[in-house]
Amino acid sequence: MEKVMSEQDINKALARKRVNAKILKVSAIGFIYLALILMYLPLIYITVFSFTTNQTTGKWGGFSFDNYTTLFNVGGNKVAQAIWGAVGNTVMVALVAALIATILGTLGAIGIFYLKRKWMKNTLDFVTQIPIVNAEIVTAVSLCILFVITARTIGLQRSFITLVIGHVVLAIPYVVISVKPKLEQMDPSLYEAAMDLGATQTQALFKIIIPDILPGILTGFLLSITLSLDDYVITAFTKPTSGGFDTISTYVDAATAKGGLPTQLRAFTAILFAVILFIMIFMNIKGARDAKKIKTKGEYRK
Amino acid sequence: MEATLKQKRKTSRFNFRGSLCMPYAVFMTLFVIAPLLLILYYAFTDANGVFTLDNWQTVFSSPENWKVIGMTFVISISTTIICILIAFPIAKILSNKKLNKNAVLVYIFLLPMWINFVIRTIGLKSLVDGATESMFGYKLTVNYPYIAIIIGMVYDYLPFAILPLYNQMLKLDKSQIEAASDLGANPFQVYVKTIIPMTIPGIVSAATMTFMPTMSSYVIANKMSNNTTLIIGNLIQNYFGTRVTDISNHIGSVLSLVMLIIIGFSIVFEKLIDKKGDEKKGGIW
Repeated sequence: MEKVMSEQDINKALARKRVNAKILKVSAIGFIYLALILMYLPLIYITVFSFTTNQTTGKWGGFSFDNYTTLFNVGGNKVAQAIWGAVGNTVMVALVAALIATILGTLGAIGIFYLKRKWMKNTLDFVTQIPIVNAEIVTAVSLCILFVITARTIGLQRSFITLVIGHVVLAIPYVVISVKPKLEQMDPSLYEAAMDLGATQTQALFKIIIPDILPGILTGFLLSITLSLDDYVITAFTKPTSGGFDTISTYVDAATAKGGLPTQLRAFTAILFAVILFIMIFMNIKGARDAKKIKTKGEYRK
Repeated sequence: MEATLKQKRKTSRFNFRGSLCMPYAVFMTLFVIAPLLLILYYAFTDANGVFTLDNWQTVFSSPENWKVIGMTFVISISTTIICILIAFPIAKILSNKKLNKNAVLVYIFLLPMWINFVIRTIGLKSLVDGATESMFGYKLTVNYPYIAIIIGMVYDYLPFAILPLYNQMLKLDKSQIEAASDLGANPFQVYVKTIIPMTIPGIVSAATMTFMPTMSSYVIANKMSNNTTLIIGNLIQNYFGTRVTDISNHIGSVLSLVMLIIIGFSIVFEKLIDKKGDEKKGGIW
């Protein structure tokens, strides 16, 4: 009798445990989605108010597509011109800076990895860390001082070139730390084999080392672009002082100095947001399909 | 044959691959090390290049500056703590393979970062203002700028706290956690005695990833307080802005040095904690 009781108890306890686990799972998923909604809420808010022309974000002034039509009416609208100009500048700076950072950074990573003198290696590794740990504003003002001096001495004024230099400084350490692990994983005998078979150093570099570390180089390039696109502080201190040159960050900062987002900028954000949502849905579907593939191919087939 | 071999050995003494770092080294010397040395030089000289400590006196004799530096600490530390408190459970749930297949959810958390942060901050500002205005009849960014700044910073830096914690959680030793609960620890004890000690390296890098950038991100402070509240970043920016005198760059350099010292301290602090939680982790991530 006693034994039966305890068995029942065990069953009950197990059932309770299962219910608890289920509650925990549901609340965990609920928490994640709540956090996601909060993360996306400001973007949703901007998107909703991109369909009304009231100047204040948050006040509804009737539904219209006017913001979108003026955004693409580049010839006739000053704000639209400013937005697309800033977009062009931002993309231009990001591409040029990322290209330079990737080339210099990859060569730097290879060089540091094969340096024989320990102290040089350690020094360069330390220098690589400086822009990463340093506060962005300190990096920015230090470059600002440098360019004040170069303008006075060698005539290097703040211009597109100095802006690109600033963004290369921002991105280059991330290229180095993306390439480094790939170099560590490389098989050193391949390079020696290529040399023994008569390749020159340059040939071995381009045919053996670079193809082998290409994934790291690509990661570095993409990271550079991402960092450059979102940068404000370094841009503000290295961009040309005259001529009204703006990237998206500095343009939005200036345009919202007194009030909310210009209506066309809301439409622009909404379009970006739509693209991101599209990518998100695509990734979700692809993720689900991959999970199914693993299930049917792997563990579940016996 | 012997001669060519000898020749080859001789040429190979020149470290071709090592020499590839030369352009990198030159670039970093010119645009990372030299500018920092310039800050150091500026901080201790006046407009004519004569050694002086006046800049330091100007900075530290002003009670306003002390107040700003203090408030920056309050804002940065609260932001860091709130970010970790929110990011910890998110990272824990995301690292659960049953709930988050293929880690897609992690990318969904990172995707908003592709929209420019100034735009996101403005969106958040109008949302927060709209919400408080309709509920309580005032604008949060006008009446409580400090709270608004902290909300803005948490919103912008949360992904930076989630990522390192998530990476650390993936490496957790599951058997230790199960052993603890099998041996009779209640869920709270399991957290305090096994999970939290094992994630300390992740917590430390999440803290540095949020603490350091919050001090310099004056744009968020400007936008979320309608330009009424300053943090260290604003002070430095003001001294390097468009309407400056000859000496203001020198005073700004002093503030930059102060910031460098704070960063140095937090790195030392990070290393000290990291030694205790003896998990190995790569670099500053």
